[in-house]
Amino acid sequence: MKSQPVHQGRLKTPFYSRLAALDTVNEWHQWKGYSSADSLYCEDTEYFAIRNATAVFDLTPMTKYRITGPDALDYLNRLVTRDMAKIRPGRVAYAVWCDDQGQVIDDGTIFHLREGEYRLCSQERHFAWLTAAALGFDVTITHETEDVAALAVQGPTSFSVLKNMGLKGLEDLKPFGLTHLDFQGVELMVSRTGFTADLGYELWIDPDKAEALWDALFEAGKLFGIRAIGTHALELARIEAGFLAAYMEFLPADETVRTGVSRSPLELGLDWLVDFKKPNFNGRRALAHEKRNGSTWRLVKLDIEGNKPAHHSYIFGNEKANKGQIGFVTSAAWSPVCKQNIALGTVRTPHGKPGDSVWIEIYYQREMHWHRKMAKATVVDKPFWFPPRRGATPPGPY
Amino acid sequence: MKTYDAIVVGAGHNGLTTAAFLAKAGLDVVCVEKNDYIGGAAVSRNLYKDWWYSNCSYVCSLLRPEIYRALELHKHGLQVTPYGGSVTFMENGDYYGSYHDEEVAYREMARFSRHDADAYKSYSANTMRQCRFIRDFLLSTAPDPTSFKPRDIKELIRIGGKFMEMGEDRMYDTIRFWTMSVAEYLDEYFETDVIKAAFSGSGIIGTALGIHSPGTAYVLLHHYMGEVDGNVGSWGFARGGMGAVSKSIAGAFQAAGGELRTEAGVDKIIVKNGKTTGVALENGDEISAEVVVSAMDVKRTFLNCMDKNDLPASFHKRVENFKIRGSSGKVNIALDGLPTFPALPEGSSLYYSDMHFIDSMERMERAYDDWKAGTWSKDPYIDMVIPTTSDPTMAPPGKHFMSCFVQYCPHQVEGEPWTNEQRDAFGKSVIDQISNYSPDFRDLILHAEIRTPQDIEAEIGITEGNIFHGELTMDQLLFNRPVPGYAQYRSPVDGLYMCGSSTHPGGGVMAAPGANAAREILSDLKRPSTVPENFGDD
Repeated sequence: MKSQPVHQGRLKTPFYSRLAALDTVNEWHQWKGYSSADSLYCEDTEYFAIRNATAVFDLTPMTKYRITGPDALDYLNRLVTRDMAKIRPGRVAYAVWCDDQGQVIDDGTIFHLREGEYRLCSQERHFAWLTAAALGFDVTITHETEDVAALAVQGPTSFSVLKNMGLKGLEDLKPFGLTHLDFQGVELMVSRTGFTADLGYELWIDPDKAEALWDALFEAGKLFGIRAIGTHALELARIEAGFLAAYMEFLPADETVRTGVSRSPLELGLDWLVDFKKPNFNGRRALAHEKRNGSTWRLVKLDIEGNKPAHHSYIFGNEKANKGQIGFVTSAAWSPVCKQNIALGTVRTPHGKPGDSVWIEIYYQREMHWHRKMAKATVVDKPFWFPPRRGATPPGPY
Repeated sequence: MKTYDAIVVGAGHNGLTTAAFLAKAGLDVVCVEKNDYIGGAAVSRNLYKDWWYSNCSYVCSLLRPEIYRALELHKHGLQVTPYGGSVTFMENGDYYGSYHDEEVAYREMARFSRHDADAYKSYSANTMRQCRFIRDFLLSTAPDPTSFKPRDIKELIRIGGKFMEMGEDRMYDTIRFWTMSVAEYLDEYFETDVIKAAFSGSGIIGTALGIHSPGTAYVLLHHYMGEVDGNVGSWGFARGGMGAVSKSIAGAFQAAGGELRTEAGVDKIIVKNGKTTGVALENGDEISAEVVVSAMDVKRTFLNCMDKNDLPASFHKRVENFKIRGSSGKVNIALDGLPTFPALPEGSSLYYSDMHFIDSMERMERAYDDWKAGTWSKDPYIDMVIPTTSDPTMAPPGKHFMSCFVQYCPHQVEGEPWTNEQRDAFGKSVIDQISNYSPDFRDLILHAEIRTPQDIEAEIGITEGNIFHGELTMDQLLFNRPVPGYAQYRSPVDGLYMCGSSTHPGGGVMAAPGANAAREILSDLKRPSTVPENFGDD
């Protein structure tokens, strides 16, 4: 039998034609095999579309699974650490799932589409783990990444844009809510979710309707400052929101080679996602042990003095850096909206309690010459950016 | 009667900044404002239907990020969005655009002159060097060169050290730079008239000088110094208009326990035995405090709001001689749609930029000639922006707000107060000039507010409506600002301080004078400082 050869080169998402038409800088990277734009014209402008108007990001390459069957809820409750029974149909849950040692395999969002019907979205591909964990449950797990085209529509005017597009009922949609609407005779799922900590939505539709959706969206958004954006702008917004990214703040535990480089949800500040009241879930035993005996690491949000971003920096417990380092920065940025030098980092406990001071060793270059600065930083417990408009229901016009 | 720790007079951005830092230090502070709205010249006014006008200051780039951060202005609603480049329309139908992307900017310049395109890098580096030298001193008090106080000597040594560090050639350059005209400075690098005209605007904005007047190179620097998120020289819009700046600082002030009082214009600053004891309001009320801080310009403070007898004669004379001349006006316009500029390619990023309509050095200087003759420029220099191209909050969707900063425009016309006809004629010169490059512009105008320096003075209170509270010339900068011997925010009267733009480092929505004044006051009160230090770029 002659086999079908695999696709060579990069895949194109259903929105590629529209992105390519807007692109002026020709900066792309690969995201799970797909061409994904770093930037389309100007990173700054794209970032400010998120914070000032409406930004549209193609998130089709995000890994997606459909989980259905009579045992879907029980299965998910077994898989993830939080209590999924609380997530009613029409609601979305942020969740993490762990291996038996309580180490995070990935984080993602679980959409309760309809009674007993779920979609799980994650950065990584986990079909092997998901099916292994399904042992004994009557569920069907379907990989559907290619079957669903998805756009993030984020920013203060995003509600106005969608309303202007004729989408009904979004006034009442609360954060982490989802609704099914009609778009040109096809089902359009809209969820009030995103990766920016601003007002925002995600749109999910059949790939055949992707271009039509894009066109309608941009037509509706013309007077509301709508702009397509690439991953660089989104990444900055993500750090301001204090959200975790796989391969930045943690590694999928099942991919690690060395011991001690993975993280538990407790070490990532996700205690609130771990529900020990549930009788059983993957990693429960190990996490209960960790809860009793203490964690090794702690994820910290850092408010750093000065204005030099702390990329790739070591973190020290004192200014002289003489007692060894206590951790390192995982993501860093100068926040344009907060005018704050911010970072996420991982430090050894007991360091890094909210309010603690730590010192960051920052290297920066000025006209070829390198400089080093020990900058004081304060551990904060709130997201750097979390405007009231994010949660306002009904949302404001801008 | 209640006694406050401090009274701040004037709720503009500097007054509010001083008030906020004092309140953060635990002082009981009241900020009084003569108008029924706060903000001074950093305001968003609802003057027509659903349009919000930044009807005085219109861009936000000089605002010190250190202050933004220390007062957590984002939590009080401030968001600054940078905007793209600038464009100068030419009489021959062409235009010169400047762009953020370095290579695009290069290609555009090379379209006129490869020489100029190549010269830009060293122009930029040399200007940046001057900028770096001065930026360091923005958030610090200017040292007094005649003082033997350790802190003055220390600061002088620091400045001297930074100066010496430059090396001999660059020290000469720096001294020349501080005294030369913007035209001479640009001539050293560029040959193309329109490029020089485009760059020279920053040398005269807010200044009653022409591009050939000595000292204007420094004014260029003052504008170059601005930054939005580390991009020095880039400009931004405050979301919701410039009122968002003062509103957010007021928010920080009130969150720290401060009290705002509007419609509380100050009639007199009360002085007893060489010490201030508070203020008398226009409505007859008195407020007492041992510290009074004036955010008003230096002339209004000392000549209008104080008894001459409470001040040393020589000081009074120097304040009288302080140069604070009306040189610019504003035309603020509500638009029914976005005007088109046929010279620009469709969808050009320059639609989001600031626009200018004078394409030669000759026309720049001629505009100044009119002012010298006591009238407004018939062919004015306009700095025009349409903030609603990026800000969705200032006008209904599809509608726009346009701000035109217009220079030159005198405080009085040939020595006489403005008449309504003259004001209309001034507005017409602006609308006519823009219409030459945008045929549909005139028909899109729904409402226009025309403001001469006289109008600005009457409403805001700034003497002669001078946007910087006094010329930014060498004789009025650093330790000379506003008056030699009184450059450290203190006045000849105990307990009376200054924090407005008449003080170092001067005008623009920078908030540095306000912050520096707060630091000095807290130091006099022996309180720990709440004012942040300069980030520095080294």
